[in-house]
Amino acid sequence: MSAAIRVAGIVKEFPVGDASIRVLHGIDTEVRSGVLTYLVGESGSGKTTLISIIAGILYPTQGRVEVFGTDIYTLSDADLVRFRLATIGFIFQQYNLLPTLTAAENAAVPLIAAGMKRAEAVERGRALLAKLNIADQADKLPRQLSGGQQQRVAIARALVHEPRLVVCDEPTAALDARSGRTVMDLLREVALASERAVIIVTHDNRIFDLADRILAMEDGRITHDGRDVPKDH
Amino acid sequence: MGWIAIRMLTGDRVKFLGLLFGVAFSTLLITQQLTIFVNLLLRGAAPVNEVSTANIWVMDRSGRTADVTLPLPSTALERVRGVPGVVWAAPLIRAGATVRTPEGDLEPVSVVGIDDASLIGLPRRMIQGHPDTLADPDAVFIDDVGSRKLFPNGGAVGTRLELNDQRAVVRGIVDADPSFTSTVILYTRYSNALNYVPGSRNRLSFVLARAADGQESKAVAERIERATGLRARTNTEFARDGVQYIIDNTGIPINFGITVALGFIVGVAIVGLTFSLFIRDNIKQFGALKAIGVTNNKIRLMVAAQSGMVGLVGYGLGILMATLFIFGGASGSDAFKGFFTPWQIPVITAVVTIVMILLTGFVALRTVLKTEPAEVFR
Repeated sequence: MSAAIRVAGIVKEFPVGDASIRVLHGIDTEVRSGVLTYLVGESGSGKTTLISIIAGILYPTQGRVEVFGTDIYTLSDADLVRFRLATIGFIFQQYNLLPTLTAAENAAVPLIAAGMKRAEAVERGRALLAKLNIADQADKLPRQLSGGQQQRVAIARALVHEPRLVVCDEPTAALDARSGRTVMDLLREVALASERAVIIVTHDNRIFDLADRILAMEDGRITHDGRDVPKDH
Repeated sequence: MGWIAIRMLTGDRVKFLGLLFGVAFSTLLITQQLTIFVNLLLRGAAPVNEVSTANIWVMDRSGRTADVTLPLPSTALERVRGVPGVVWAAPLIRAGATVRTPEGDLEPVSVVGIDDASLIGLPRRMIQGHPDTLADPDAVFIDDVGSRKLFPNGGAVGTRLELNDQRAVVRGIVDADPSFTSTVILYTRYSNALNYVPGSRNRLSFVLARAADGQESKAVAERIERATGLRARTNTEFARDGVQYIIDNTGIPINFGITVALGFIVGVAIVGLTFSLFIRDNIKQFGALKAIGVTNNKIRLMVAAQSGMVGLVGYGLGILMATLFIFGGASGSDAFKGFFTPWQIPVITAVVTIVMILLTGFVALRTVLKTEPAEVFR
């Protein structure tokens, strides 16, 4: 399987007063399609920073990120936004669904943002919700759904425009064990079925056994890369 | 994306209503206060506007408005009539007097003495009675607002009054524009007025004149000034003088100006704070949209759609409330008689609303644009 993502020499520093603090110390790695990759580590280890850089929403201080052959940080701001819209799907810990849109409308947001007519986009969102077994919840608002159902809507939103890379931030953190497991099964099934690359940031050890590959981070460096669960997790 | 923006806005009903309230309240306050202000000012021009047939007013050189009169010698009338370009000239007395009502109350009134023959100076519309009855002995017409003030139970026509200790009989009610001072106005023939107004050698207040067809009233007025040494103003100039007199000699412009400014400030404060709260509550969602791939231009359009919707609906509600207020006031209170909203006021209010919306929208937009999409992962 080919490398979907190539990360080379990524350094990230954040300014603190007159000085700066380095949170990533030259990360080099690759992520392949069809492999469910976890990024794990303690809070402050740099995993959120790294996933943000891979997803094209945070510029690195140094280094290159190639996503499906595109060196994304050589793109202009506008092109990078367009690239994200076309290529990347996001799943957030707190779902970040729009509270005044129905589940189907929320799922359709990336298509509407890409310029598709609303009715068509919502229909496609509705169809995807049906695949995720929540067709009967399509016309409900997020507040009328359980946490697991909201996360499925968020998954539908991440996948509706058929992105090649899906990045997930703690997708099961707000869910009970059963719902978390169901969501992960869905993610694995839907995301990997069509040769996508999927990266999941998590420290939910209840789902570690579902990973194909686990990258562990500590103090801004990758300290473990393998199928097995790293020590201390 | 505009549709999503509107759904985001209207979905949070409390904040949406708060935003509408802010704009509507501000619009109401500004429109209503400007309307009252303009109409009060226009009352300074009411005595002039009421005499539509005369296009030149002649007065003492120190005369300034129709409400502040300085007596002219009666010869002034003939001298004006003799000026080339003057088709006709008629005398007019405007003077203060006191009337004793049938109940024995004393009420200050304004006596307007109009030309006996032509009745030039009489308001155009009679509500009760006929202009011919002004020829009856001691006949006076009362303005409609004054009749309700002096005779709250009706029955003004036919009532005898004591006007400066002289007998007067109300023979009709006229539809007159209320004056700035809101005193009761009694119209009578010039010859009668001479008896009612306290005696002095000169009692003529104004000479009303009309320029001949094809002659500029301004040019004829200048000719009158040169020929008589009196002050002559076209009706447009004199109406403006009445308005200017109020502006120069009362605190009305400052007080209304302060209220209008407060309306704007309160509007900006309510709309600004509520909009900021709305944006803050939705900042994660905006961040998520930016992460997904919604461009800053589309975010700008979203905030513009939200601001536009708040501005449009709030402005509409405010104008509606102001109209109901003024219309309701005009039909229910003599204080608002003749009040109208000139088209310029809704335009001014619209401009103020746009400024308010741009200001608050810009501040809200800055917050959204400054939001890094990466923050949704934190």
